[in-house]
Amino acid sequence: METCTKVTKDWLNTQEYREKNFAREKLVINPAKACQPLGALLCALGIEGSLPFVHGSQGCAAYFRSTLSRHYREPVAAVSDSMTEDSAVFGGQSNLIEGLKNANTLYSPQVISIFTSCMAEVIGDDINAYLGNAKDQEAIPKDLPVALANTPSFKGSHITGYDSMLKGLIDCLAAPRQEDKLNERLYVVPGFDTYTANLREYKRLLKVMDTPYTLLPDQSEVLDAPNLGTYELYPGGTPITEMKDALNAASFLFTQTYSTPTTRKYLASKGVPVEVISMPIGIAGTDKFIESVAKITGKDVPEEITLERGRSIDAMTDAHQYIHGKKFALFGDPDVLIGVVSFLLEMGGEPVHIVCSNSTPLFKKAMESLLGSSPYGQGATLYAGKDLWHLRSLLVTDPVDMLIGDSHGKWAARDADIPLVRIGFPITDRVNLHRYPIVGYSGVINMITMIVNTFLEEKDRTSSDTYFEMMR
Amino acid sequence: MSTRETIDFRKQVVEEVLEIYPEKAKKNRRQHIAVKDSECSSCAVKSNTKTVPGIMTARGCAYAGAKGVVWGPVKDVVHISHGPVGCGYYSWGNRRNLADGEIGVDNFVPFLFTSDFQESDIIYGGDKKLEKIISEVVGLFPNAKGVSVLSECPVGLIGDDIESVARRTSLEHNLPVIPVRCEGFRGISQSLGHHIANDAIRDHLIGKGPAREIGPYDIGIIGDYNIGGDAWASKKILEEMGLKVVNIWTGDSTLEMLQNGHLVKLNLIHCFRSMNYIAKYMEETYGTPWIEFNFFGPTKIKESILKIAAQFDERIMEKALKVIEKYTAPMQKVIDTYRPRLEGKSVMLYVGGLRPRHIVGAYEDLGMEVIGTGYEFAHKEDYEKTIPALKEGTLIYDDVTALELEEFVKKLKPDLVGSGIKEKYVFEKMGLPFRQMHSWDYSGPYHGYEGFPIFARDMDMAINSPTWKAIKAPWK
Repeated sequence: METCTKVTKDWLNTQEYREKNFAREKLVINPAKACQPLGALLCALGIEGSLPFVHGSQGCAAYFRSTLSRHYREPVAAVSDSMTEDSAVFGGQSNLIEGLKNANTLYSPQVISIFTSCMAEVIGDDINAYLGNAKDQEAIPKDLPVALANTPSFKGSHITGYDSMLKGLIDCLAAPRQEDKLNERLYVVPGFDTYTANLREYKRLLKVMDTPYTLLPDQSEVLDAPNLGTYELYPGGTPITEMKDALNAASFLFTQTYSTPTTRKYLASKGVPVEVISMPIGIAGTDKFIESVAKITGKDVPEEITLERGRSIDAMTDAHQYIHGKKFALFGDPDVLIGVVSFLLEMGGEPVHIVCSNSTPLFKKAMESLLGSSPYGQGATLYAGKDLWHLRSLLVTDPVDMLIGDSHGKWAARDADIPLVRIGFPITDRVNLHRYPIVGYSGVINMITMIVNTFLEEKDRTSSDTYFEMMR
Repeated sequence: MSTRETIDFRKQVVEEVLEIYPEKAKKNRRQHIAVKDSECSSCAVKSNTKTVPGIMTARGCAYAGAKGVVWGPVKDVVHISHGPVGCGYYSWGNRRNLADGEIGVDNFVPFLFTSDFQESDIIYGGDKKLEKIISEVVGLFPNAKGVSVLSECPVGLIGDDIESVARRTSLEHNLPVIPVRCEGFRGISQSLGHHIANDAIRDHLIGKGPAREIGPYDIGIIGDYNIGGDAWASKKILEEMGLKVVNIWTGDSTLEMLQNGHLVKLNLIHCFRSMNYIAKYMEETYGTPWIEFNFFGPTKIKESILKIAAQFDERIMEKALKVIEKYTAPMQKVIDTYRPRLEGKSVMLYVGGLRPRHIVGAYEDLGMEVIGTGYEFAHKEDYEKTIPALKEGTLIYDDVTALELEEFVKKLKPDLVGSGIKEKYVFEKMGLPFRQMHSWDYSGPYHGYEGFPIFARDMDMAINSPTWKAIKAPWK
């Protein structure tokens, strides 16, 4: 192999390189997935008065906080018990107990949400036993709720950790189900969702549908907190009282599939009715959400929703010509991918390359079935467990018109000379995108706006004088 | 308030804030906080000790220090984050250490390479996987000049032998493969990671490069990570002085620059904390002298230019004086523009390696006063270097906790806070102007004559932004 710069640069764009790249067995380059405790932290932030607590190295906590803060441009509180080398020898119990005592004194949480990072998992710390000892030693009051989640970073991804923490929080806070004391609330679980506007959109739709609900967890006030001139450590979240009553829910509705299996299984084992739908992105996805809610509550869908749906359809027909037949590459989390692909197919857009670094067999099946159900999905391939360096090879050898994914896609998009529309997590190089919903009928309009206007902006920026027109 | 009253008030603030802690934590934290007074009897703060569990520290870990800070910016080396996916993911593309080169060819800074440990790797060990990974790196990136292996927590806990994998693969591929044992549980902050990273450079690279004649004006910059182009701004001044910057460690640096770090007349050390080890080693082993310098703000730049020029001959001194003269008027113009808008404004800082002291002069050039400062991971000698730069009454806090900093800020009421991403939005919610002083808040460079106008503009923009005035609703 000639190693001069230019030759190598060109070689990176060849079919030969693509094959070599795809022959990789062990090396992972630019994966679109983070580790479990990040998801656990996001989940823990969505409960009222919950203090996230990392049992492990303090560096992990610093990384999770920074990563979330960069996406939301919001404060993210979390403590750790700063395990160091001696904990590797003796275990992390003394750190956990001292950490609990200090955290509780300083930050007066209503619940402490403990999750683990690598160190504690590798040495096999028994956090449940440690917690019992902490309470026996009166480091914290016996009645202070402490939720637990084992979140090893060498299994699954951030969405797995979200699920484990969610289960831990319900298990810690909810009283046992009593069939004679059921509440009338629909508990809606958004899953690993980094759009505060999505959470607000769910709440708005549920209100319009006159449905008593609890969003669990709910980070919308925590990670999109108003600036009123004071800093609140606990600015919102699912109320503790509603957490306590969670197992008495009329029903649970999960709006993500792949970030919630453990919690769904847990709830089912407690006799709670559980319904799960695909993330309501696009018309069919949103219809399903509306219908599910209506079915559970037994109420008619209000006219207002029908009108709202109609406005989104109007936006779709108005703009179909800019998306129909366009080729797309996408990467991201399973639930978001299913939703966005479904939306593109509704618009006549053609997904071509779909990369999912944290894919599962169930997701693969679902995605392939979705693609198979549409004439516009016939040219698509799902690359399960692949990364963004694979994606780069795909983009330069088999070009598409647009890449959809988080900010990490910007290098691949640049190398392929195509625009990147930012949907997913994290988005660290654009402002406010998490403040626009991608779910619901309004999400449809927002996605059309983002995608179509990006294409049109490209067209204007690259048009010669001759073709630079007033109308597009 | 008189200076005495200020000192007494701030000492009282410290005592009040310490009341938040349980007894044991209070005892610990008291030793890390001080107010500078005339006798300086109390300005020694304890540092470089274990963080109190559960208090919300800003500190990171050894991996962050070794990969994120020291090794990550070396552009033509493939840095493998060895272990589970997280550490590499969180340190991917967020430090702004700019590098010039063909991405994927001879510049790997914007990449995340990870061994993405799974449960089976924890059970059976990751050495075989690592060996395979290194061969895949060599096949896919033929222009990479070396490979570094940065170990994450599990690697050290399961007893992997990355050193022997590195030795074997290095011979096999005829390429430097550098094991860096920077598991996050080592030490008590990023600091040990810097040290471990320095030791890896010492053990595997220094003196092992192609021989080179040392020119009479060859110098190196040590401990500048080129945040937002900082190192390039510093280099500009040094080259105008007639010096030749042949190495930068490690911003925009190459493997060869690390190998030849000692082959200079003088090393200029910018971030003392993260790279003093290797500078001292080069002096002891190769007789390469080093001095510290500070290119923040015209006053300190001038002092540093003269100090650096004094290490060389008349020719350099003559040029140095010309450089100072050349930039005096433009810098004065910057001061004339911004000083009236910033005069008398106060700042509280809480940052990393050198900035809590190095930036003080730049603020003073703008008529501003630093009333509180502290480090995440400093050692005793850093505070010894810091105290003289501070005015009496300055509050000094080591490894400050989130709540302490909030309380100090509420009571001292600075006009600006300069710290990191984890702190930024807390203070902005309080309606307080804030600048990220690790990443320059996505601006920069702040170094040198090129950086000062940007620094001044940014501080003015933060403090005088009309957005702060909108916080209060008219009906409230």
